[in-house]
Amino acid sequence: MFRDAALVAGRDLRIELRSRVVLWQVLPFSVLALLLFAFAFGPSQARLVQSAPGLFWLALLFSTVLFAQRSRALEGSPATREAARLLGLDPAGVFLGKTVALFLELVVLEVLLVVGLLLLFHVVVVSWLVLIAACLLAALGLASASVLYGALSGEARIRSTLLPVLLLPILAPVLIAGVRSFQAAIKDGAGLSGRWLGVLAVFSVVYTGLGIALYGPLEEN
Amino acid sequence: MRKQLDRWLGPLAFVLVALDVWLGLWITPPDQVQGDYVRLVYVHPAVAWVALYVAFGMAGLCSVLYLWPRTRSLAFDYAAAAAVEVGVVFTILTCITGAIWGRPTWGVWWTWDARLTSTALLAVMFLGYLALRRVPAEPHVRARRCAVMALVAAVDVPIVHFSVNWWNTLHQGATVLNANLSPRIHGSMAWTLLLSFIAFTLLFVWMVIARYRLEVLRHSGENKDLDRALSERRAEGAEA
Repeated sequence: MFRDAALVAGRDLRIELRSRVVLWQVLPFSVLALLLFAFAFGPSQARLVQSAPGLFWLALLFSTVLFAQRSRALEGSPATREAARLLGLDPAGVFLGKTVALFLELVVLEVLLVVGLLLLFHVVVVSWLVLIAACLLAALGLASASVLYGALSGEARIRSTLLPVLLLPILAPVLIAGVRSFQAAIKDGAGLSGRWLGVLAVFSVVYTGLGIALYGPLEEN
Repeated sequence: MRKQLDRWLGPLAFVLVALDVWLGLWITPPDQVQGDYVRLVYVHPAVAWVALYVAFGMAGLCSVLYLWPRTRSLAFDYAAAAAVEVGVVFTILTCITGAIWGRPTWGVWWTWDARLTSTALLAVMFLGYLALRRVPAEPHVRARRCAVMALVAAVDVPIVHFSVNWWNTLHQGATVLNANLSPRIHGSMAWTLLLSFIAFTLLFVWMVIARYRLEVLRHSGENKDLDRALSERRAEGAEA
């Protein structure tokens, strides 16, 4: 399973590095979202710092939908899925591989968004450990849920409208726990963040487990 | 037996709902604290019971039965679809009746309370399920996707149920099935409440049976259309 996962993750990342769709389309969208949020809230420094945790996670969630569509598009054609079956790839391995690739892409996006908040919103992070833990746990949860729901959402012509409707409601716990953890990180409330980091960890474990168990049946013809 | 059920279930459900409304509005006394606002208790908890536990419980069970290889049958997929469709209607009714009670009691139509928020999320997730059902696909592929979706969404049901215990919420705790199993409602009010649960459950069963039959007819219609189209193409081929 892990060998298959490494193969699939390597393939997805290689395709992204060569096509640069994520680099030129998805990442600019995330930065644009941050700028538009700042325009909507006005130039008040205090207001921007106060709203920064919510804006960070909203920008991340909306970008995750684009990442999920992109990740699914790589697997989209029936011929690709048929080839994976003929090669004897374990569906659980395919799921894990796609999750790892998406996780790494989301971590890059989170770094970019945090740098954006530091430079544009003048956010001061007090507890980096809490912020990094929240970002890593959330990225894993977002990646596993996105790959699972990408497989659920069917063919390409419908996926662009259906996937956000299916995916965003179930990401609500990540949004709530992520915002609380971020608030703890910028207010030195490290003690308060434990419960919310726990929520992020449980979400990640549950969706990774569900994906490993259900990805195979979902990909059957 | 089936015809008898068809003939009596719907009218019986409507008569019981009408009886519930009559008892709730004219016979039972007003509450000491809430006054006449308490009369919504003869609608709102029963509607919520049907939506959260009966409808989504049935959808979850049918989805498990579909996914289990030994019991795999499209009948369970149709039953789950029927339960979710009616369940979404009852969930929206739960939110509406709750809002009607909340406005005079809490002073707002809606508040970001854990019970209300998790119920709204549940409704949106099952709306997503209904959207997923509309995606054209081979019946078993669609059934598999929808079964997984229903199971993932059903995880929210215990969160909705226990939200009043896990978080400090405005929404009151359970009146009948509370932790001590000691009902906090008595006399004619308790009997009317019980009647409301029976009436709305029967109404749900009647609606689900009707919706299930529609689903079966729709799929057999689709198959007949496909068979006709195939024989027409074959006939064209034979003529050529």
